Amino acid sequence: MLAFVLRRLLQSLMVMLAVALIAFGMFRFIGDPVNSMLPENASTEDREMLREQLGLNDAVTTQFAKFVTGAAQGEFGISYRNKRPVSDLIAERLPATLELVLAAAVFALLLGVPMGVYTALNRRGFLSNMLQVISLIGISVPTFVTGILLILVFSVWLNWLPSFGRGEVVQLGWWSTGLLTFSGLKSLILPAVMLGLFQVTLIMRLVRAEMLEVLRSDFIRFARARGLTNRAVHFGHALRNTLMPVITIVGLQLGSMIAFAIITETVFQWPGMGLLFIQAVSFADIPVMSAYLVLVALVFVAINMVVDLLYFVVDPRLSVRGGRT
Amino acid sequence: MNAITASRARIASFLDSDLFYSFRKSQVTVCAAIVTLVMILSAALAPWVAPHDPFDVATLSLWDSELPPSWSEGGDARFLLGTDNQGRDVFSAILYGSRISLAVGFVSVAFAMVAGVVIGLISGYFGGWIDAFFMRIADVMLSFPTILVALLVSGIVRGALPREMHDNAALVVLVFAIAVTTWVQYARTVRGSTMVERSREYVLAARLVGRGSFAIIFRHILPNVLGPVLVIATINLAMAILIEATLSFLGVGMPPTNPSLGTLIRVGNEYLFSGVWWVVIFPSLTLVALVLAVNLLGDWLRDALNPKLR
Amino acid sequence: MIMDTIETTAPLLEVRDLCIAFDTRRGPLVAVDDISFELAPGEILGVVGESGAGKSLTGTAIIGLLERPGRIAAGEIRFEGDRIDNLSRERMRRLRGRKIGAIFQDPLTSLNPLFTVGRQLAETIQTHLDMTRAQARARAIELLAEVGIPAPEKRIDHYPHQFSGGMRQRVVIALALCANPRLIIADEPTTALDVSIQAQIISLLKRLCREHGAAVMLVTHDMGVIAETADRVAVMYAGRIVEVGPVADVVLRAKHPYTVGLMGSIPLVGHDVARLTQIDGAMPRLNAIPPGCAFNPRCPKAFARCRQERPELEPVGPTQAACWLYDPAPARSAADG
Repeated sequence: MLAFVLRRLLQSLMVMLAVALIAFGMFRFIGDPVNSMLPENASTEDREMLREQLGLNDAVTTQFAKFVTGAAQGEFGISYRNKRPVSDLIAERLPATLELVLAAAVFALLLGVPMGVYTALNRRGFLSNMLQVISLIGISVPTFVTGILLILVFSVWLNWLPSFGRGEVVQLGWWSTGLLTFSGLKSLILPAVMLGLFQVTLIMRLVRAEMLEVLRSDFIRFARARGLTNRAVHFGHALRNTLMPVITIVGLQLGSMIAFAIITETVFQWPGMGLLFIQAVSFADIPVMSAYLVLVALVFVAINMVVDLLYFVVDPRLSVRGGRT
Repeated sequence: MNAITASRARIASFLDSDLFYSFRKSQVTVCAAIVTLVMILSAALAPWVAPHDPFDVATLSLWDSELPPSWSEGGDARFLLGTDNQGRDVFSAILYGSRISLAVGFVSVAFAMVAGVVIGLISGYFGGWIDAFFMRIADVMLSFPTILVALLVSGIVRGALPREMHDNAALVVLVFAIAVTTWVQYARTVRGSTMVERSREYVLAARLVGRGSFAIIFRHILPNVLGPVLVIATINLAMAILIEATLSFLGVGMPPTNPSLGTLIRVGNEYLFSGVWWVVIFPSLTLVALVLAVNLLGDWLRDALNPKLR
Repeated sequence: MIMDTIETTAPLLEVRDLCIAFDTRRGPLVAVDDISFELAPGEILGVVGESGAGKSLTGTAIIGLLERPGRIAAGEIRFEGDRIDNLSRERMRRLRGRKIGAIFQDPLTSLNPLFTVGRQLAETIQTHLDMTRAQARARAIELLAEVGIPAPEKRIDHYPHQFSGGMRQRVVIALALCANPRLIIADEPTTALDVSIQAQIISLLKRLCREHGAAVMLVTHDMGVIAETADRVAVMYAGRIVEVGPVADVVLRAKHPYTVGLMGSIPLVGHDVARLTQIDGAMPRLNAIPPGCAFNPRCPKAFARCRQERPELEPVGPTQAACWLYDPAPARSAADG
């Protein structure tokens, strides 16, 4: 098991280095940092000074080394657009995105898993078919349209929930949370629903497909042949076997939710990292873009590894080494 | 048997096939196919079908701005679905917008398919470090969500281009970004099939006869691995259209001067609070209908071609 | 309703004119065509035939696990005198495991890999018998010992992947027997096992069933297993029973040409033959069964009547055979139950 962990750590490190390389490449070779940061009429001396300061005259390998060490400490340079250190910007925005993703994930699981189980067990019922049709429509509707519709109904027509911003936040150290205020919670609802809704359909279809597959297996047949009740077969055996692969995939989805948050944050003007990233792409603000890339890569790699380890822990075929006699 | 009787026989056997049977049987799929066809045709023929040209500044008049759809109070029969803040006809804008959306979708799928299939063939046939190289890239790319990759590629290309060119090159940038994002699935599938085929007898026979590798790959193996590619392409078309719409909505896709459905939605979104709902709702509905229809077709195709479900 | 007292001479299981069909888009396909047989209490009946002859389907139908698009198209199945083919799902479920048990082919996939063996045993025991958890666990340990698993108190908490193939099948047998059913349907119980283990498992099954007084319907394509284990054997071909009778008679003095061919193709120790017989051709597909006797295209003794009328099972000495070679009178007489 230790060998496995070490190997995965090494793999993760390789991926991070590759990503760092790409991020650095972007940083260094796309656009001109000096021209982007200084006004048009800056003198050549000023430009030279900035070049020295930014270390642009050093050898490429030195620059890469500096980039990596800087990145490891969270230093990504200065944003072209805001003229502020990128790390500050990210620290400000990170809590907003993380809270949003968490809320959306909880929502998606609470809705998606039961619906998936229901549609698997009641394959031909009317409600089941309706849910399936709705889920098909669900993956065809682009997320931003869902968001717009939500705003239209709940903000414009009903005026129940706010449609932009985070509401009041409470500062806990460097983390700002919206979960402790009423307005913060109200502002969280629509964006979380929008972000989570897409996952709901995904989870529902996944659970349904997995469960149907499991219900076809031999041990389920044997369980029925032993006269076990439907409840024992469905919820004791089938569900347990279904949830294992589902949990791992949902874990992986957490990562992609962080990326999809970009859209949600744009629709709701939610002050998170996603909105920061979009503004950076529009402006070609390379430092912010490369910082976001490295950060997201880190999150993905970390989640991947945790999920793999989780499988190890939860599946007895992997965790229990028994001598075969 | 000459060509005509041969193709007639092929058509007859297709009509009798399980594939066509399941198509006819599923009313939903037939509906979806009809909708898709209508949308594609009307989009393709937009310049002739649209009642107005929303981009010809000379025909626009601010007097006509912000008119509601023709059936509501204050509506004008000339503008079926209303107008936006500059007097552009929403219906015509949708037709032209669908055109762009579909064009980007099809072209990017075509590029992704060609790139993916070629890479998959080469990777699967030659194996070794070529295979390892491409599959590493594929793995890394697949572990990131598509929208992120598309955004990143788009951002990099924009960074590399001078600011003035952004609008004009938007279409090319979009197609490139989406193609780069979606080639992986084709490559993976084709690689798998190629690896199976390469150890088959007809390949060994061709090698013995002395045919070159590329001839073998493209003339012998390619036809045998194309099957699942079609299904992937149909499913990917919906995804490509969605990615383009999302990118445009976020502001890094098609510009308002040459809008796709996504751009129209973004622009219309700004007027949501002032009560001008038609400018954002109708393009949204069109987009949803289009993607839904393509998804249904893809689903049916996948189920019909899946030997396990027979 | 199932009665609890059984007359010793009445059959445990009666299958009458059973037809199983599959609904396809081109119409129903008959997979089991009008078969009838009986099983006495405690008896071991072998059901033998090629793949696709319909033997597994028969077993599946008896235990009530036939799924769409398959269905029982005609006939009846009686267990302990009462019809079971038309029971509600819930009542059929209560029969399963308690009165009728089953063993399937692959022990690896028959057990849930995520649950310990003990959990799966205790669960089955508690479903059918009124016991506390501790009692069920104790009973489970007893059962494991009965099927020959060493150190059962320890192994009860092991997972299926920690057992070898033969041991796993023993666990499966324990699971099938834990509620003391009267009938066990064993569908190819040894086919997936190593040859060296097969004999052990089969003799274990035979011994346990004798001890528990359970009858066995042993479905297999392996004649050797049948010859060793069964009391009677039914030979199936293309969804029909072509011969049935005591094992020794069917094996050594086969009457139906198909059975003759089948026996002749198996090498027997001690009998030296110049060459093994081989039956030309193949069993017909379900949608291409010839009229008359299904075997007639491959039969070396076929004549005109074989191609026109389908023969029914008639007594021929100690066995019954469905073959016109043995019908003395031109008119058909009613089959003897």
